[in-house]
Amino acid sequence: MELLKIQQIEKYYGNKSSLTKAIDDISFSVENGEFVAIMGASGSGKTTLLNCISTIDRVTAGHIYLENTDITTLKGKQLNQFRREKLGFIFQDFNLLDTLTAFENIALALSIQKKNPHDIEKAVQIVAEQLGITQVLMKYPYQMSGGQKQRVASARAIITNPKLVLADEPTGALDSKSAKMLLERFDYLNTQMQTTIMMVTHDSFTASYATRVIFIKDGRIFNEISKGHDTRKQFFDKIMNVVTLLGGDVSDAL
Amino acid sequence: MLFKLSVNNIRKSLRDYAIYFFTLIIGVSVFYVFNAIHGQTAMMRIDSDTRELVELLRTTLSGVSVFVAGVLGLLIVYASRFLMKRRNKEFALYMMLGMSKGKISALLLTETVIIGLGSLGVGLLIGIGLSQLMSALVANLFEADMTEYKFMVSGDSIVLTVINFAVMYLVVVIFNSIVISRFKLIDLLQSGRKSEQTKLKNPVLCVIVFILSAVMLGYAYYQAGWKLADNFEEGRLAVYIAMGAVSTFLIFWSVSGMLLKIIMSMKKIYFKELNSFTFRQISSKVNTMVFSMTVICLMLFVTICALSGSFSIRNSLNQNLKKLCPADVDFVENTVAPCGTDIDVLEDFKLCDVDIDSYLSEYVVIRTYMDENFTFYDFAESASSQVTDYMQEMISVSDYNHLMELYGKESVTLNDNEYILLCNFQTAKEIQNKSLAKHKTITIWGNTLSPKYDSCLDGFIEISENPVNYGIFIVPDSVIDENAVVSEKLIGNYAAETKQEKSALETEFRKQYDEKIRPNLHLLSYMKSNRGYCRLDTKLDIANAAIGLGAISTFLGLYLGLVFLIACGAILALKELSESVDSIPRYEMIRKIGVDENDISKSLFQQTGIFFLLPLILACIHSVFGMKFASIFLEMFGTEKTAESIAATSIIILLIYGGYFLITYYCSKGIIKEKR
Repeated sequence: MELLKIQQIEKYYGNKSSLTKAIDDISFSVENGEFVAIMGASGSGKTTLLNCISTIDRVTAGHIYLENTDITTLKGKQLNQFRREKLGFIFQDFNLLDTLTAFENIALALSIQKKNPHDIEKAVQIVAEQLGITQVLMKYPYQMSGGQKQRVASARAIITNPKLVLADEPTGALDSKSAKMLLERFDYLNTQMQTTIMMVTHDSFTASYATRVIFIKDGRIFNEISKGHDTRKQFFDKIMNVVTLLGGDVSDAL
Repeated sequence: MLFKLSVNNIRKSLRDYAIYFFTLIIGVSVFYVFNAIHGQTAMMRIDSDTRELVELLRTTLSGVSVFVAGVLGLLIVYASRFLMKRRNKEFALYMMLGMSKGKISALLLTETVIIGLGSLGVGLLIGIGLSQLMSALVANLFEADMTEYKFMVSGDSIVLTVINFAVMYLVVVIFNSIVISRFKLIDLLQSGRKSEQTKLKNPVLCVIVFILSAVMLGYAYYQAGWKLADNFEEGRLAVYIAMGAVSTFLIFWSVSGMLLKIIMSMKKIYFKELNSFTFRQISSKVNTMVFSMTVICLMLFVTICALSGSFSIRNSLNQNLKKLCPADVDFVENTVAPCGTDIDVLEDFKLCDVDIDSYLSEYVVIRTYMDENFTFYDFAESASSQVTDYMQEMISVSDYNHLMELYGKESVTLNDNEYILLCNFQTAKEIQNKSLAKHKTITIWGNTLSPKYDSCLDGFIEISENPVNYGIFIVPDSVIDENAVVSEKLIGNYAAETKQEKSALETEFRKQYDEKIRPNLHLLSYMKSNRGYCRLDTKLDIANAAIGLGAISTFLGLYLGLVFLIACGAILALKELSESVDSIPRYEMIRKIGVDENDISKSLFQQTGIFFLLPLILACIHSVFGMKFASIFLEMFGTEKTAESIAATSIIILLIYGGYFLITYYCSKGIIKEKR
């Protein structure tokens, strides 16, 4: 079933004298239960694309449909409601509230939906179990490692049972061990919990955990490959091939 | 170049400077207004007695101004230090670009000068405007004629204000230079990066500390409000004030931890909407400024006491005048103790060649008596040893009724074996009521009398500005021993109707008194006893003194109250605004996960509100007990219209403190909204 449908979207920055096309006519769709990675070099427009989907930014032209709702037309309160009920966010710099404990950070996502406090506690325990952070629930962000923080942020993102989880460079600030651990959790959420995940990254290893990778260059879709029945290692090699092709002399695509 | 940079800096950080600028403007205008009062009265037609009072007011206000300048100076230094901290990154950039510390100091100097000149200019303009309003108040207080009043500017006050604030700005500049000379580039660069570690204080410890400090505060309240009233010692008062201050500090230290713990345990509330975020924000704010909160709370306490105290003094004085001065003239010859001397006031007037009938249209002459064997201790057994013993004064019921006829008050009737105690001083009343309640009989000159009423009759015989009649016994004429006379009083009204006529007559009468009676005191009848005094009180004198005292207390209360309120509001506002700037990423985050703008505003409103309310609430509690203590001393002024004084105080606090609250709230809202 088609969950997300992106139709010829464009995003321009700047003014008449210097116009930047961050996104230049991109169309694709995401099926329910997919784990999509979007890859591209710095400045390729991948974060802008994510921001437009997450309604943090607005498109200049085109439409984005989530479950047949055109989210480019949402405004004000509807927008906030859409964001807190349909989407889950994971950011590169975790974006946890430093004044709250892990438990409270996760609970906040539910309490702003005005959920019953009693149910909140149970729900937090369940996601904490899934992400392996039960021991750190009573700690403050400054007492946790980067990997723990990111898993707390992930817990906050999925606790509301969102239609789509959006992750912006989730492994960007993590060491390789924590990154691997986080990605395995993502894999678990995707395969076991049927969570639809859309992740932006410029790291091939991170992308190799996805089921499909979309490559973007200069605001346009450059290539697209699916994992199919490959192993993760084989998929990684495929990605690397495209990256080499894509990068040429742009080495930071690695 | 430097100038251009400075101007741009100010323009850029106008948001941060808004509160600073606002505070400076209010400071300057308040300073001007109160120092200009003297100049304004110069324009009014007021009599010479009042003129002296105005002079006294001027000296008092300029004395207080020194103190006020100190408070404002500290506030400005605090505020500028605060703004400096906000700009660490900017200074780091300058230093990395190779700007010398001297240059940075020069840059800050230029900024201070621009802001200083701006705030002085605007502040003085507003001050001049406000002082025109103030003259209406001045005229009202001194009952002056405003018909010839013109718009006026006080040059003296401008000079004084400019000098004072110039000195303050100079201190700020010196202070800034010292801070800059100590800058280290690495600290400046990393200043924003140090993540704030919000450690939750041990909640059990918080609860213990809170309870202990509450108990300590309660003890201090009890001692100061009740115990100290009976047995006053300055040293002990200082101890209780110190205890109050320390417990205030401890309460602020523990309150956020304790409240947070309580609210966290109430999961229904804590996990409702943004509550967890809101309470955590508040608790981290309160935790980082325990000391400032304490100072603010104590300053608010002083403000509330100063304002309501001064208003109640003024209100009571005006009331007292109507109630306690029903006649124009009160002339007394007094021998202090009975010594067999006959006193005759009217004979003495004749002797001195003063024709009393040409001044007074009506008068009565009354006598009071004492019995050496009947003292205060004899009557009031429960009196503490703090009061020295004295002989009780007595008046015959017929004299009393004559006097009441003159005053236009109700007369009393008395059986031959009865007495009435006349008293209006609260403390004396309470002590003596105990004896009356026990139906205490008294024995004077061999006659035993029992009380007609079981409590004191509220009243007085001599005119005065305050209810200070400690007690006079009204006794039947038949028991009076004429040899025991101690004083004779002539109380009467001028043979005039209007205020002007009375005033003219009074001048004449005073002249007669000063020229004919005072030089001939040795001829007067009371002097045969070789001790005692004679005294002339007039309603006009009392009224003038009352007006002066009322005016001085009103102005002092307003002056100190306003300055303290500004200081409190400004400190809280600056702190809250900088917290808001620090919290921008937090608000961005909760916005990203889809929190409604309304809920964010609500949370911010709660945060700001509780932040402002906490010190105010504790200050109000302090004030209740502080005023209870002060009321013992304010009692002699009377305590009428307390409600009105409290209402006036509340309005002033609401306007200024509330104003700061609203400005802070809207500025914070702007700050957290900006970076969308």
